[in-house]
Amino acid sequence: MIKPVILWSDVLIYLLVISVVAFLIQLRKRPQTRERWRSVFTSKVGMVSFVVIAFYVLVALLDSLHYREALPPSGEGEQTTAYSSEVKSVLDVVLHNLHESNEKTYSAPFAIYSFAKENLEADDGSIYRDYPRLEHAGKHLDDPSERTGDILWRTLVALMTGLLIAAVLIGLHKYVLRGSDGDNGIPWKAAYITIAILSMFTCWVIQLSEFYHVMGTNKVGADVMYSSIKAIRTGVLIGTLATMVTLPFAIILGISAGYFKGLVDDIVQYLYTTLSSIPSILLIAASVLLVDVYIETNAEEFNLTILRSDFKFLALCAILGLTSWTTLCRLLRAETLKVSQLEYVQAAHAFGVSHGNIISRHILPNITHIILIALVLDFSMFVLAEALLSYIGVGVDPSMHSWGNMINAARSELSRDPFVWWPVISAFLLMFTLVLAANLFSDEVRNAFDPRTVKEGN
Amino acid sequence: MATYIIRRLLYAIPILIGVNLLTFALFFMVNTPDQMARVQLGEKHVTEADIEQWKAERGYDQPLFINSEAEGMGTLTQTIFFEKSIKLLAFEFGKSDEGRSISADIKERMWPSLAVSIPTFIVGILVNICVALLVVMFRATSFEVAAMALCVMLLSISPVFYVIGGQFFFAKLWALVPISGYLPEEPWRFVLLPVIVGVIAGIGAGTRLYRTVFIEEANKDYIRTARAKGVPELTVLFRHLLPNGMIPVLTSVVVIIPSLFMGSLLVESFFGIPGLGSYTLDAINAQDFAIVRSMVFLGSVLYIIGLLLTDISYTLVDPRVKLS
Repeated sequence: MIKPVILWSDVLIYLLVISVVAFLIQLRKRPQTRERWRSVFTSKVGMVSFVVIAFYVLVALLDSLHYREALPPSGEGEQTTAYSSEVKSVLDVVLHNLHESNEKTYSAPFAIYSFAKENLEADDGSIYRDYPRLEHAGKHLDDPSERTGDILWRTLVALMTGLLIAAVLIGLHKYVLRGSDGDNGIPWKAAYITIAILSMFTCWVIQLSEFYHVMGTNKVGADVMYSSIKAIRTGVLIGTLATMVTLPFAIILGISAGYFKGLVDDIVQYLYTTLSSIPSILLIAASVLLVDVYIETNAEEFNLTILRSDFKFLALCAILGLTSWTTLCRLLRAETLKVSQLEYVQAAHAFGVSHGNIISRHILPNITHIILIALVLDFSMFVLAEALLSYIGVGVDPSMHSWGNMINAARSELSRDPFVWWPVISAFLLMFTLVLAANLFSDEVRNAFDPRTVKEGN
Repeated sequence: MATYIIRRLLYAIPILIGVNLLTFALFFMVNTPDQMARVQLGEKHVTEADIEQWKAERGYDQPLFINSEAEGMGTLTQTIFFEKSIKLLAFEFGKSDEGRSISADIKERMWPSLAVSIPTFIVGILVNICVALLVVMFRATSFEVAAMALCVMLLSISPVFYVIGGQFFFAKLWALVPISGYLPEEPWRFVLLPVIVGVIAGIGAGTRLYRTVFIEEANKDYIRTARAKGVPELTVLFRHLLPNGMIPVLTSVVVIIPSLFMGSLLVESFFGIPGLGSYTLDAINAQDFAIVRSMVFLGSVLYIIGLLLTDISYTLVDPRVKLS
């Protein structure tokens, strides 16, 4: 028996995904925008980075379905089932190999011996200090020297499985596409290769984690790969949710300032100059401290750890969004000023079209490209900001898996001797891939939608 | 010009008042002094008397806006809002929650901050401009593609990793510079690594920005004319393109010059430099709101000065721009 746990952030991210899909379906009706999007996807870079981002979003979505398992009945005649206080997600089921095999403390990637020496008892009863064998990793090996061969063999099997899964997916896609007119310029091959690599990587991690810790273990012996994968949800959600918070402020205030001018313009300009004149990190830090105090004073409302960290997480998204809408607002104001001087807008005025209609029919479509470019750029900015804020100590809750929290721990880990490098490398690689993909994708979107780059003839 | 500056300075006043109101609302109304005291004194086992004493020592025991017990102007001045917020406008920062004078701390800590931020700023701009020029020089070659790909990668790395990586390789593995710390007698030894890290961390974004500026400039008619006349490519770049391209570059960086004073939170705390950045960070971690409030105010003053300098710099570099 399981009992679903619905967190606010889960609801929001699913709503967001549904609305993006609805938006895309609606876009199909507009030939011009469709042409632009096509040009994003006809570039190999755009296609590959999109596949990578989609993979990350998929992981985040799987990790956003939470539930609690029922505990086995403790006594006889119990009517109500008690539920475990540990909240799991669907992703945990996929990754059960990774997080159900905790060691005592640090261990290196693929190690079968612990990182720290312990007192061990020899066969004759004497006590000596040495590195003990790990409890889970490599326990199927009788002879430690078999390790390399074992790893290579299992890697080969895992990669083949991954390739097989990818082949099935690609075959399915080809089958669906069979009726349509050729490849119409979209570089499917690049997409297939990316899918194959991602699938091979996933299989490799899942299969090898049954026997080893692919990226070692951290201070409390938890699998590092597991925490870095769980951190994907935090990164993706902070990027998307914070961006969504900026949009209404930037769009409504920016357009009304540029369109109505006069007093409205003065007020909006005053608002964003005031807000952007405050150093953003300080504003964020101050707001997060306030949320902390709020949680402490209302502790009884947040009885589960995950509820508390989720509240703090959403507050962080809101704070990040509320402090970052000024740049986009300024851009939109300037562009609206320009567009509303154009003749067709003047003509619409002369015909007595209402303000609302002019804005939605004539102004909004002409500034969408700015919103779109800022949207993708902000995403990577927020992912990076999370790491920085967690490092400073005003980021997400320490109980949440996040790259920032892992980097924060790296500070002491790198000063150990011998140093512990795997958690920081693991966080680095997963984070770098996501941000790089987002940056490359935003470049492609900019090339496709920004009229100035089109003129340059890229 | 003078009237313009005066008008801009007057315009800054409502903005600063706005900043003050906002921080005041954040620090005192959402979060009452009672809650602050409780957090500072530890969560449990705090008596009312302890809280009252803590508030009285720091001047938080007054009413927020209007003191009905005082007489005359006292009704307005003997309040938290006046004491803690209005006095900031006169740069009276008062004392931190630990009882130290904040302005003395700022005067002492601004030098290490400047010792790191000024070299980082100058070297950073020079390096970015050189790389951007190089890229523009090899336009439409595979060098440009490779360089721009590298820039996107550098841009996608969190600044935290540059700091961690720099410290790990330069200071720990190769032991070229001290890992962290600061000595006023020989600052350069301690400043070298933070500057290098700061410059490298900025290359990706900076080069991309300046490249677009230079390319926009390179598409203009006078460059085409120069090339058509047969002016050598290097002369075109350095004599024609660079001076004109520098205008948008310089005017775009002027806004951050005053803020250099504040130092960098991340770099200073990681390298143990006792500047204003680490001062702020320590205050955030210790929840010393008096310091955080002062630094917020100082930061916005510097930003507004930066905006003003930007406008003035436009008239200095481009005689066509007139301020009115």
